Amino acid sequence: MPASSSPKPAGAPLTGRVPRLLLVPALLGFGFLVLPLFGLLARTPWSTLGAQLFSTGVRDALLLSLATASAATVVSLVLGVPLAWLLARTEFPGRSLVRALVTVPLVLPPVVGGVALLMVWGRNGLLGRYAAEWTGYGLPFTPAGVVAAQVFVAMPFLVMSVEGALRGMDRRYEEAAATLGANRWTVFRRVTLPMVAPGILAGAVLCWSRALGEFGATIMFAGNYPGRTQTMPLAVYLEMQRSPEAAVVLSLVLLAVSVLILVVLRDHWLGAR
Amino acid sequence: MRFARCVVAVCAVLVGSACTPVADGSASGPPERTLTVFAAASLTDVFRTWGAQFAEQHPGTTVEFAFAGSSALAEQLAQGAPADVFASADQATMDRVVADVGVADEPVVFARNTLQIAVPPENPAGIGSLDDLAADGTTVALCAEHVPCGAASRAVLDAAGVAVDPVTWEEDVRAALTRVRLGEVDAALVYRSDVVAAGGDVHGIDIPEAAAAVNDYPIAVLADAAEPELAQAWTAFVTSPDNAKVLDDAGFLLP
Repeated sequence: MPASSSPKPAGAPLTGRVPRLLLVPALLGFGFLVLPLFGLLARTPWSTLGAQLFSTGVRDALLLSLATASAATVVSLVLGVPLAWLLARTEFPGRSLVRALVTVPLVLPPVVGGVALLMVWGRNGLLGRYAAEWTGYGLPFTPAGVVAAQVFVAMPFLVMSVEGALRGMDRRYEEAAATLGANRWTVFRRVTLPMVAPGILAGAVLCWSRALGEFGATIMFAGNYPGRTQTMPLAVYLEMQRSPEAAVVLSLVLLAVSVLILVVLRDHWLGAR
Repeated sequence: MRFARCVVAVCAVLVGSACTPVADGSASGPPERTLTVFAAASLTDVFRTWGAQFAEQHPGTTVEFAFAGSSALAEQLAQGAPADVFASADQATMDRVVADVGVADEPVVFARNTLQIAVPPENPAGIGSLDDLAADGTTVALCAEHVPCGAASRAVLDAAGVAVDPVTWEEDVRAALTRVRLGEVDAALVYRSDVVAAGGDVHGIDIPEAAAAVNDYPIAVLADAAEPELAQAWTAFVTSPDNAKVLDDAGFLLP
């Protein structure tokens, strides 16, 4: 990060006793967040874990989840970074409205997003109708539909994160590059992009994990078919009705993946903040 | 910050509204009682109609419904969800609840249902029989096999010797019906009563093989019902011959 001009060094803690009014709720909050994870571990059928883990159903769902979440992140990067740049670096009428609209999927229940996607991309949807007529293909019930649902709910996280990084960046480097004759594209590619890379990475991680956990929009828009559209969260939900034990195993896999991501990227997070 | 103040204000309103009914309950008047009914998704319309009538006959009573796939409800009951009555779309799921949770009395079958093919009104794939569902390029939604309509679909397709590869396995019958209503699939196997419930939105096609799987709908008061008397009154209401016409109109068969 560029040097801050604030006079007091941030991060130097005040000394003295921690007020109980802060400590008690903090510990309660911590316990509330962590206890369910232990509950999951406590109910895990360890003796049959191996057999359940390597069943083809779990493998299919996991591979599909990893592949679709990664594809959704790539799509979000390709579309979301330019969108964030547009919001942070240009002036146009209605910009604040555009930003507000971009954040709508953040607060919208995902299942509503699924319904909305169907209304647009479904076989009788506003655009899906023509897509089906001209190409014979549609997004619903396909892995591409899963990716579409994930992009819809996850891309705003990336856009917000990248836009924040762009706004926090020291503009003088861009100005210097422009003074030296670089056009806006060159400035973006050679100066802006490298400087906000940590923000983009953080956004991509957030986007990927949100996509990995996507449930509501996916089941509504892409349906449920093992190996094609049944991602891990769908498998967890459906197994819960058939065999809660299997659902716990699936949940454990998702938990392990999440923890792994956190551990691998911890340095980046700490470096960025 | 203005935003933070907004959030606080919204929360205050939400908390306030959530508390209101409790405050009203402590006021004088007829005792407020709530009957909680867990019922198969296919019973949605009939039970809603009956719920309104029942509440009128029993002043001060609110009937609350949870409609979902029978197996989802059975799982929730097994996890301790509080309910007074359970109505299942098949005997197997009711048997699970009897074993896992326990019921006050022997379950009573009050309705039966058979499958039909539901297609959009314009029938884009020109479906006329079960065989057409297996045709290449035909998109079909089926119920997942662990819910009653899925088990019935499996039995019917097996009886007909037709192998259908659906585009999606839906977790309850109404979800499968919705795929047809929206025109997202060419056909779905749903109950006759669901086709009736959808009105003109879908067209139902009778299938002779449906006789291979006729679902019984049992209802029972749960062993740990909070309102056992009200629950008994509800099951008596549901199984009463006077109310059979509603079932008949809704496309159910009578036991």
